[in-house]
Amino acid sequence: MEASTAAGASVIEARELVRRFGEREALRGVDFAASSGELVAVIGPNGAGKTTLLSILAGISKPDEGEVHVPEGGVGWVPQQAALYRRLTVEENLLLFARLEKHADPHGSVAEMLELTGLAERRGEVVARLSGGNQQRINIAIGLLARPSVLLLDEPSVGLDPRQRARLWEFVSALAETRDTTVIFSTHDIQEAERYGRRLLVLADGEALFDGATEGLREAVRREAPEAAESDFETAFVAFLHHRGH
Amino acid sequence: MRWLLLKDLQVLRRSPLQAVLLVAYPILIAVLVGFAISRSPEKPRVALLNEIPSDARVTVGRSQLPKIGVDDRICARVECVHVDSRAEAEEEVRSGDVLAALILPADLVDRINSLSTPFPRTPAVRVIVNEEDPVKARLVDDRIEALLTRANLVIARRIATEGGRFLGLVLNGGDIQVLGQTIEILGLERTGRILAKLRPALPPGELRDSVGRMIRFTGLARDNLDSAAPLLTRLTQPIAVRKQSVSGSSPPLETFAIAVAATFTLAFVVVLLVAGSLALEREENAFPRLTRGLVSRSGLLAEKVALGVVAGLAVTLLMLAGLAVFVPLHWGRFGLWLLAILGGGAALGAVGAALGAAAREVRAVSLLAFMVTLPIAFLSLIPSGTLGPGLQDVVGVVTALFPFKPALDAMESALDPAGPGLGAALAHLAILVAAYGLLARFALRRFAAI
Repeated sequence: MEASTAAGASVIEARELVRRFGEREALRGVDFAASSGELVAVIGPNGAGKTTLLSILAGISKPDEGEVHVPEGGVGWVPQQAALYRRLTVEENLLLFARLEKHADPHGSVAEMLELTGLAERRGEVVARLSGGNQQRINIAIGLLARPSVLLLDEPSVGLDPRQRARLWEFVSALAETRDTTVIFSTHDIQEAERYGRRLLVLADGEALFDGATEGLREAVRREAPEAAESDFETAFVAFLHHRGH
Repeated sequence: MRWLLLKDLQVLRRSPLQAVLLVAYPILIAVLVGFAISRSPEKPRVALLNEIPSDARVTVGRSQLPKIGVDDRICARVECVHVDSRAEAEEEVRSGDVLAALILPADLVDRINSLSTPFPRTPAVRVIVNEEDPVKARLVDDRIEALLTRANLVIARRIATEGGRFLGLVLNGGDIQVLGQTIEILGLERTGRILAKLRPALPPGELRDSVGRMIRFTGLARDNLDSAAPLLTRLTQPIAVRKQSVSGSSPPLETFAIAVAATFTLAFVVVLLVAGSLALEREENAFPRLTRGLVSRSGLLAEKVALGVVAGLAVTLLMLAGLAVFVPLHWGRFGLWLLAILGGGAALGAVGAALGAAAREVRAVSLLAFMVTLPIAFLSLIPSGTLGPGLQDVVGVVTALFPFKPALDAMESALDPAGPGLGAALAHLAILVAAYGLLARFALRRFAAI
């Protein structure tokens, strides 16, 4: 694997991760680490192992081989589909999870999250009546309730319109910049990864092909697939995958 | 766990249609089942056409029996709808207004009377039924057969009584009316006495010996006919029934009906609610988030079962309170009701949890819950001994594996002061709680993997 990882102490680390589903290997010895305040995009085609990697880092599933080190207090997890109770209000959803997280002041935590997500005015609305973008913001807010130092987002912008997407990324970027939260998100939207990811982890068929900054991936394309070097980022990325046999 | 319980109750409150259906439907079913069992068609409507002339009498020998009162006897057993013609009787049956029509033909008594003549004709009644419904046809057959058996018995008793009277005349003598004339019957006893007085007056010889033999004959005949009289009475009902119960006294029908209705309610509320709310965690994608450390999987199952038990307890008690308006209940046994409902609810909840963990979505799990609960509940109501031995054993095993039957047993025991103790049923339910709890816990692994 080509790697140019950021310097600094890792807050989350995974070594030699292997995950099998029957005969198929969803992850084949993947190494990964991220430090505080990093914004990492995990990209790759469908079936690359993005969700599998994130669910292992989140502790939802266990690897068949390898080890994971997560920060004390765990990591925040935002699943691809909003994990919300649609018949409850915004506030009731947040309050439930704050109570389950055993917050000393659950109402205070809820107020803070409502402020952070900009949904304070809609606190009493039933979630089912909110737009997909707002539902995703609550989904993220629940992931942040535990005040995690690492936040994992699985395809967070799927199903959102461009305006909602822009607001989502503005919110997520602010988390990394102002709260020093390490944000690791998966996406198959290459443009989105290029624009918002400070660092990219490229997975294909369970294998980590690249881990580094966006410019590093451009450099790898120029070196390995020069015919696509001047193309847009998505075309260059596809050429890179093709050159690597995927 | 209490916060999850609160959340589930909030979700239920936000789904008024679901909440109303969840409560109203089982109560409706329960009340219908209760009434169906407690008010079986004891007096079905039967059209009756009595063509027998009013002065017709059954005769025994040369005497007529008193009027039997066929109409009154039949109409005491069924609700009679008197009709005037066979066509009207057929129309009543065809329209479904009556279960069957019974026609007593004009020559019925003549035919009965012909039985004691050299040219007997078979007495017959005519029954008109609508057999498009096999269950109804079976019911009609049973009712009509029972009526005829009873009618035959009445006639046989009358004949036996008259036969006994004649036998008394032969034995003891007396007067009998024949064609308006009174005839004196000497009787065996008086004949024997006269002959005994006569014999000493006769000279020794053949005549005196013959009189001696006649005296012995009258004595022997009297002794034997004495024993024939009770035999004649017994002939009308040779076998008597002495019922002995080996499984304690059965509860009154009303109590059984209430127990059935309450268990139906409990089963549907608990199984549907537990299975549905567990499946909802997956439908809302909340299961992985919850079980990442916020709630253990066993804790989640326990919360769902508790939700079912709380809701089941409330609805079942509400239903019992409603039924208490119509049927007296022993409120002093309220503590036992609670035990039965909690035990049954926990076991049914464990089944609901296993079903909820096995299905992917709420709709599928609701269907599955109905498909499992309804047939098992009906199988549990089949009385023992009504099926073939092999099939009865299979039904016994199936119903023992599902908590409906032991929950029903517990409810019967709790409602009926004369019933058996609750212990056995509660022990059975405890075993099922453990078994289905383990099954649900195992199924949750698959639940998480999908």
